[in-house]
Amino acid sequence: MVEIVNRPYASAFETFAVARPEVLCLSADLTSSCEVDGFRDRHPDQFLSLGMAEQNMLSFAGGLAMQGFRPFIHTFAVFLYRRPYDQLINSIAYSNRKVRMMGFLPGITTPGGITHQAIEDIAVMRAIPNMTVLETGDATEVETVLEAADAVDGPVYVRILRGQVPRLFSTPFEFNRLRTLSDGDDVLVLTSGICTEEAMRAAAALSGHGISVHHLHASTIKPFDRDGLVAAMRGKKAVVTLENHIITGGLGTIAAEIMAEEGVGIPLRRLGLNDTFAHGASRPYLMKKYRLDAKALVDAIVSVLGHSVTIEESELEAVRLDEVHSSAKAEAL
Amino acid sequence: MAIPNRKSTEEIAHGIRRRVFFHSMRNNGGYLSQACSAAEFLALMYNEVLNLGAPTLPMTPKPFMGVPSASNPDAFTGAGYHGPFAPEYDRFFVSPAHYALVIYSALIEMGRMGEEGLEHFNRDGGSVEMIGAEHSPGMEVTTGSLAQGLSMASGLAWARKRAGEPGKVWVFMSDGEFQEGQTWEAIAAMNYHGIDNVGVIVDVNSQQCDGAMSSVLDLGDLAGRVASFGATVQSVDGHDLDVLRKATSAFEPGKPLFVLANTSPFQGMSHLKKRFPRLHYVRFKSAEEKQDMQTEIARELGISETELEALAHG
Ligand SMILES: Cc1ncc(C[n+]2csc(CCOP(=O)(O)OP(=O)(O)O)c2C)c(N)n1
Ligand SMILES: [Mg+2]
Repeated sequence: MVEIVNRPYASAFETFAVARPEVLCLSADLTSSCEVDGFRDRHPDQFLSLGMAEQNMLSFAGGLAMQGFRPFIHTFAVFLYRRPYDQLINSIAYSNRKVRMMGFLPGITTPGGITHQAIEDIAVMRAIPNMTVLETGDATEVETVLEAADAVDGPVYVRILRGQVPRLFSTPFEFNRLRTLSDGDDVLVLTSGICTEEAMRAAAALSGHGISVHHLHASTIKPFDRDGLVAAMRGKKAVVTLENHIITGGLGTIAAEIMAEEGVGIPLRRLGLNDTFAHGASRPYLMKKYRLDAKALVDAIVSVLGHSVTIEESELEAVRLDEVHSSAKAEAL
Repeated sequence: MAIPNRKSTEEIAHGIRRRVFFHSMRNNGGYLSQACSAAEFLALMYNEVLNLGAPTLPMTPKPFMGVPSASNPDAFTGAGYHGPFAPEYDRFFVSPAHYALVIYSALIEMGRMGEEGLEHFNRDGGSVEMIGAEHSPGMEVTTGSLAQGLSMASGLAWARKRAGEPGKVWVFMSDGEFQEGQTWEAIAAMNYHGIDNVGVIVDVNSQQCDGAMSSVLDLGDLAGRVASFGATVQSVDGHDLDVLRKATSAFEPGKPLFVLANTSPFQGMSHLKKRFPRLHYVRFKSAEEKQDMQTEIARELGISETELEALAHG
C-alpha cells in the first residue's frame, strides 16, 4: 500500500521560503486551494495578495524579480498561462526573469471542466524560449521540487500536485534526470505526473504475464534528459508514452522528436488526450474515458507488441478516490 | 412573454435557498453562501425581468454529448433552459459559473428544469456540472474562467442592436470579476459603442475565495468607478425586491445599465455568519458543525422536522 501524504506542498513551501527571505509568495485569490493559506497567516511579510487579476500578477512578478526577489506565483495551472500569456512572455520570459510559476490542478485532476483543466500547458510552456518546465509525480517530488526550481537561472513552470498525494519515490527531485522505475527488455514506457502511478500498476500486472517493461518517469520536461531516454530505448521493441495532457506538444511529442532526431526506428504509441477538450467529471472517470489510466497503457503495450494476453481491470485495482470535500480547500476545487 | 408561473418572486427566492440548502447538506458542502446573496435578484430576474420563451431542452437534463466541433452535431448549450433564440427575447449570461447550483435551483423553481436535474449535479458523464459549463442548464457561454461573460455579451448585444432585435442581453456577474482587467476593458467598449441593450446585475457580496474582498484586493468605490465610464449605475439593496425592480428598469438611451446588488453572504441563513470570512465554499469540518448548521438554518428557512427526517434518510 502506498503512503498518502496530506498537503505535502504546504509544509514544504513554508520550510523552503522561510529560509530564503528573497522568496515571495504571490497568490490570486486561490490561497488555500494552493495550500499556502497557512503560510500567508504565519508569514504575512513574505506574502502578496494580488486578487483575481492574473495578468497584473505576472507582470508585477516580473517587476519584483527585477529588484532581486524570487516570486513564487500560486494559482491553478490554467490561470498562469491562458489569460496572462502575453504578460508571461514579455514581463517574464523574454528577460529571463527568475519567476517561479506554481501551477496547481494540472490536466484532468480537476472536475472544474475545460476552464480549469490545463491540458495544453506543457505544449505552450515548452514552446517559450528561456522557460524551464517541471512536473511533479508524487509527494516526494512535490516536497523537493522547490529547490530544484529555484536553482534555475530563468523562469520556471511547475505542475504541482496537491491534497492527498501518494508517495512513490524515496529520492528527491533530480533536475533533468529521468527516473528508472523498472528495468525491462520488451517495451519502454515513458510517463509523467499522475500517469506514473498508473504505469507502475500496469508494469506490475504486465510482468505477471511475461511482458517486461522498462519504465521511466520524467519530471523535468524542458530541458529533457535525452541521453537517458536514448540509452533506455536501445534494444526495445516499442516506446509507449502516457501523459495527463494532450499528446500534441507534451511528453509523447518529446519522445517522437528525440526518436526521429536520433534515428530510433521502433514504433511509438502516445497516450493522452487526443486533440480534444475534456469536460467536468471525476478524475478516475476522465482518466478512463480519455485513456490515461493503467488499463489504457496495458492495452496499448499489448497491442504494439502484438501479444494476445488479456489483463482484467481487477488486476489493476487500487484506484485512489479524490476527496472532493477534503477540509483542505476553500474553493470546491 | 414569460412562461406562466404561479409562484411569487418571494416564494422563488425562498425556494432557491431551500434547494441549495438541501443539496449542500446532502453533499456535505456546497456554494451555499451564493444562494443567500443571490436568491432575491435571481428570482426577480427570472420571474419578472427577463423576457424568455418556453424551454427548448428536456426537463431532465441530457447527458454530456461531447465538446463542440465541426464533427459533433450533438453538442449543445444549456441556453435552451432560457427558451429559444428569437429577436424579441432576452438572453441571459451567467458569468460567475460557480453559481451554477443557485442557477439550477432557480430554473427548477421556475419550472424550467425538472427537480431531478439537481440529482445530476457533478455526476460523471452528466451536463449539470459543478462549475457551470457551456452545456450546463442555463449556461450559454464558457465562463468558468471568470470575467469573460461581459465581453461576449457586449459583442452579442452590439450585433443584436445592428440587426434591430428588440431583445436585451442580461449578464449576471460577481464582484470578484471586477478585479480582472477584462471587465474594465468591456465597460469601456460598451460605453464607447453606446451599447444600451445590455443590463448587468452584480452580486456585490464583498466576498471571494480567500474571504472578504477588502482583505484580498479591495475594489474601492465600485459604483463610482463603473459610472465614471458613462454607464448607468444603480447601487441598491440586493435583498429588497422593490428597489431591485426599479433598478433593473432604469435603462437610459446610449448607456449600459449596471445594477449593483449589495448583498449579505448569509442573508436568510444567519447561522452561516459563524463561518465568516470563509464563505466561498461551505464545507463542514465535522459532523457536529454540520448538525448545528443544519438545525439552525432549517429553523430559519422554516423547514419542518419531517423534511429534515427525509434528508437524513434520503
Ligand atoms: C480567471 C479566473 N481566476 C481565478 C478563478 C478561481 N476562482 C473561482 S471563484 C473565485 C472568486 C471570485 O470572486 P466571486 O465570484 O465574487 O466569489 P464569491 O462571492 O462567490 O465568493 C476565484 C478566484 C477563476 N474561476 N477564474
Ligand atoms: Mg463575491
